[in-house]
Amino acid sequence: MSYRSAMKTCVCSLVLALLALATVAGAENTLPVEKAVLTSPPNVPPPIKRTTPAKVVVELEVVEHVGPIADGVEYTFWTFGGTVPGSFIRVRVGDTVELHLANHPDNKLPHNIDLHAVTGPGGGAASTFTAPGHKSRFTFKALNPGLYVYHCATAPVGMHVANGMYGLIYVQPEKPLPPVDHEFYVVQGDFYTDEPFGVKGHQPFSMQRAIDEHASYVVFNGSALSLVGDRALQAKVGDRIRLFVGNGGPNLVSSFHVIGEIFDTVYFEGGQKSQTDVQTTLVPAGGSAIVEFKLETNGTYLLVDHSLLRTFNKGALGMLKAEGEQVASIYSGKELDEIYLGDESVASALRQQHPTPTAAKTQAPGAAVDGKEIFAKSCAMCHQAEGQGLEGVFPPIAKSDYLMKRAKAADRGELVGLILNGLTGKITVNGNDYNGVMTPVSGLSDADIAAVLTFITNNWGNSGAQAFTVEEVAKLRAQVAGKPMGAAE
Amino acid sequence: MSGTIGWAPALLLLLAATGAAVRVPAGEFAPLFGLDKGQAAFRVGGYWLDRVPVTRERYAAFVSAHPEWRRGAVPALYADGRYLENWDGDRPRAGQEHYPVTHVSWFAAAAYCRDRGGRLPTTLEWEYVAAASRTAPNASKDRAFTERILGWYTRPSRGDLGLAPVGETPNWFGVENLHGMVWEWTSDFNASFITADNRADGDTSRNFFCGAGVTGAARREDYAAFMRYAMRSSLGATFTLGNVGFRCAYDRTPEAAGRAS
Repeated sequence: MSYRSAMKTCVCSLVLALLALATVAGAENTLPVEKAVLTSPPNVPPPIKRTTPAKVVVELEVVEHVGPIADGVEYTFWTFGGTVPGSFIRVRVGDTVELHLANHPDNKLPHNIDLHAVTGPGGGAASTFTAPGHKSRFTFKALNPGLYVYHCATAPVGMHVANGMYGLIYVQPEKPLPPVDHEFYVVQGDFYTDEPFGVKGHQPFSMQRAIDEHASYVVFNGSALSLVGDRALQAKVGDRIRLFVGNGGPNLVSSFHVIGEIFDTVYFEGGQKSQTDVQTTLVPAGGSAIVEFKLETNGTYLLVDHSLLRTFNKGALGMLKAEGEQVASIYSGKELDEIYLGDESVASALRQQHPTPTAAKTQAPGAAVDGKEIFAKSCAMCHQAEGQGLEGVFPPIAKSDYLMKRAKAADRGELVGLILNGLTGKITVNGNDYNGVMTPVSGLSDADIAAVLTFITNNWGNSGAQAFTVEEVAKLRAQVAGKPMGAAE
Repeated sequence: MSGTIGWAPALLLLLAATGAAVRVPAGEFAPLFGLDKGQAAFRVGGYWLDRVPVTRERYAAFVSAHPEWRRGAVPALYADGRYLENWDGDRPRAGQEHYPVTHVSWFAAAAYCRDRGGRLPTTLEWEYVAAASRTAPNASKDRAFTERILGWYTRPSRGDLGLAPVGETPNWFGVENLHGMVWEWTSDFNASFITADNRADGDTSRNFFCGAGVTGAARREDYAAFMRYAMRSSLGATFTLGNVGFRCAYDRTPEAAGRAS
């Protein structure tokens, strides 16, 4: 190639490049501009109907505020938009997103945002680093569809995230997912305080517990109270549900499961591929999943992290209530409850081989049994370590009018029956309604039951009832045997 | 006897009123960032530091002597639009005279200290004194001490609602209100190596020191110090925030230099 023709090619390419640049710039300038609809959890902005790209303006404000993390427990949250998780952002693949980040003047700290939906260094972190009382802006193109986590990335990052600075941005694909009846926004997060779960009052962040990855709270949507009782997700039998699930972390991975449902479809890791017929899906810290299912029959479905101690002891429990008729052909409800004695010869042979401590206690009346220990082993999982219960889910044992009325009754068979046979239906404890199921507690001897009842009726603000004796319990056990308890009485 | 008893509080009051500065004795200090590879600590000290942050009353006196620093008179180049925005005109609001001055830019703070014959402390000088608890000159490894500071950092500022008149039990150096009141300007506030995206800081430090080790690595758990460096690096010299104040340092005795602030 001669020098001259090389020059020509050069000039030509340059002109072409300039033209191309002008075209891109022109296209960007002529994009229709719209303001993003942002929603607080558990709500999701409506699907985007557009079929061509737009410039979408997203305005997020960082707010530091105090709110409940559990019943009677306050925590200072740092948030995108005043909620944990932060506002849900919905854009369409190919959109140009202009993101404004405002840091409220009352805030103590600088903040920024790293959106996993961004292609570019830091995901926007350096471009949005903002002092209190200032705001920043940056623009990115949503190149990849999917459900992405966003979070604060200011030093120390782990602490900003541990205090609630995360949320989800959904980049809707060109071909949108089929319409459903309800879309909900649920994000799990782990929190770190010096005191364990449920200790009342304002609980400050514990740096050491966070470094040790020793969470005291694992919750959906920033609080053990977010999705229970009156705040449960509401739908109807026959509805199709889509959950946009995220995990802010900062440390723990979620085994996301809905008790009583099978996910018809899971877009695992928030991507474009899906799997069908899934029981539990793994949601990594800083990751997501889209799960879909149809509510085939009525009832309350529980959203949990199937790392179950987090659910029953640290708050990772949400509720989805399906109103409507029971569909008996799909789920019958309890059809039978009768005595089962088992094969007594096998059982007694086993007992001879392995005499259990419980059996020994039963055989030695008067032996010391620790009611507190039995409570911790058999009851605390639901009623909580200090008997405080879980608002709207598990009634309290502590300071319980329901318990003490029955403990002071002449015939205390109801309490023994409740332990041995369980309880189903609506009850009222301390003025609050509970409509759930207590399963029978198995494996307790008469001495165990006497000890645990004596313990709970003389602690945590309960008093005035006589101690339960082994003899009394033995008598009551025979009385209530095989009589399942309904709440109606 | 009664004369003696009356005399001591009077002197204390006088000292408080004149806002005396405290002599900072020399010592060794290893800040979170800034050491070279193989270097254990900096030698720091031998300066005077204001005992408390500069109050609104003192700053008002400065403004009245230097009207070019009045609200509305300061060019945007030196202070943004929120300069002294929590004042009534040229005076602090009634009852807030002894609050630390806030909504001041780095330029304004530096000008004030220059006028007093001093200067803003360097980050190193500030951190050296701020590492002291009431009982120890360096409490940066005292968990209760750092947790208390961190506790303050985690709560929102709420502007003037979160403030009070200056003064508290002094720390080991005799200096007060370094923690729990306002962030404070330092002369080299924007020279720290925390980037906006903290996760890249390991690399930044390494590059900055041409292959030297990451200096803060030994204290990765000192979240409180991290947050101060992060806060400073989010600022620009014209910013005037509701939770940033300052105090001055002096190389000569403040008396020799003129007046302590």
